Amino acid sequence: MTSNQFMFLLFSMIIIVFSVLTVTSRKILRAAVYLLFVLVSTSGLYFMLNYQFLAAVQLTLYAGGIVVLIIFSILLTSHINQKFDPVERKKSLFSALAAIAGAIVTIITILDFKFSATTEAAMEVNMRQVGNSLLSVGKDGYILPFEVISILLLAAMVAAIVIAKKAGPKNPQS
Amino acid sequence: MNTGIPLSYFLILAAIMFFIGIYGFLTRKNLITILMSVELILNSVNINFVAFNRYLYPHKLEGFFFTLFIIAVAASEAAVAIAIIINIYRRFTTINVEDVDVMKY
Repeated sequence: MTSNQFMFLLFSMIIIVFSVLTVTSRKILRAAVYLLFVLVSTSGLYFMLNYQFLAAVQLTLYAGGIVVLIIFSILLTSHINQKFDPVERKKSLFSALAAIAGAIVTIITILDFKFSATTEAAMEVNMRQVGNSLLSVGKDGYILPFEVISILLLAAMVAAIVIAKKAGPKNPQS
Repeated sequence: MNTGIPLSYFLILAAIMFFIGIYGFLTRKNLITILMSVELILNSVNINFVAFNRYLYPHKLEGFFFTLFIIAVAASEAAVAIAIIINIYRRFTTINVEDVDVMKY
């Protein structure tokens, strides 16, 4: 077993075990921390595939941003020591059946399909190239989604502030 | 570049993670834990995109950028969802989906 395969095995074990714990843990803060472990080992997979920039984005945005946001909202809305009621057995059974059936169908399809790789030479991903194609309008340029995502982020920021702010006292003059 | 790991291993890992997310989505009752299940699902899709990009089309960057944009969408989605959850908590003092059954007063 090469070191690559060992690392893949390790990361996938961590991902699967902690994903299961994330959706079954009865303490909500623990579930958030398990989710953090899943996201960090996903960024490990990106490092294995040689996409260092993506792994860094995953670490800073997902593990650093979203999980912190989730933990904040947990602290605002729940008691730390509160435990969820266990899921009803029937509901849990049927959900597990649906999930397992879906997973089996998907995995059989994946194993059946013959993926044919391209023969062209692999491209080295460096930061200069990422920046260039993110802002280029020509071939392999991604300026349109880049602009759309910037508007989306602005809209999300405004929406989050508007929704979450306290409704102030009604102004009698207006 | 071939790392000795077939592409299908990545896809199977992503599929398992996706359906664990589905299970959580179906069984959880707290809004924040449902949001966490959705994050799991999004993350598994990201693994798929990156693995396809690296194994099948290594001369292009399409999966790479798709993943980048999915991460941005996920971030904005989490921000808005948490604003909505906090607003719901303020009105109903609970974020259990079974108790939140009124859309407008």
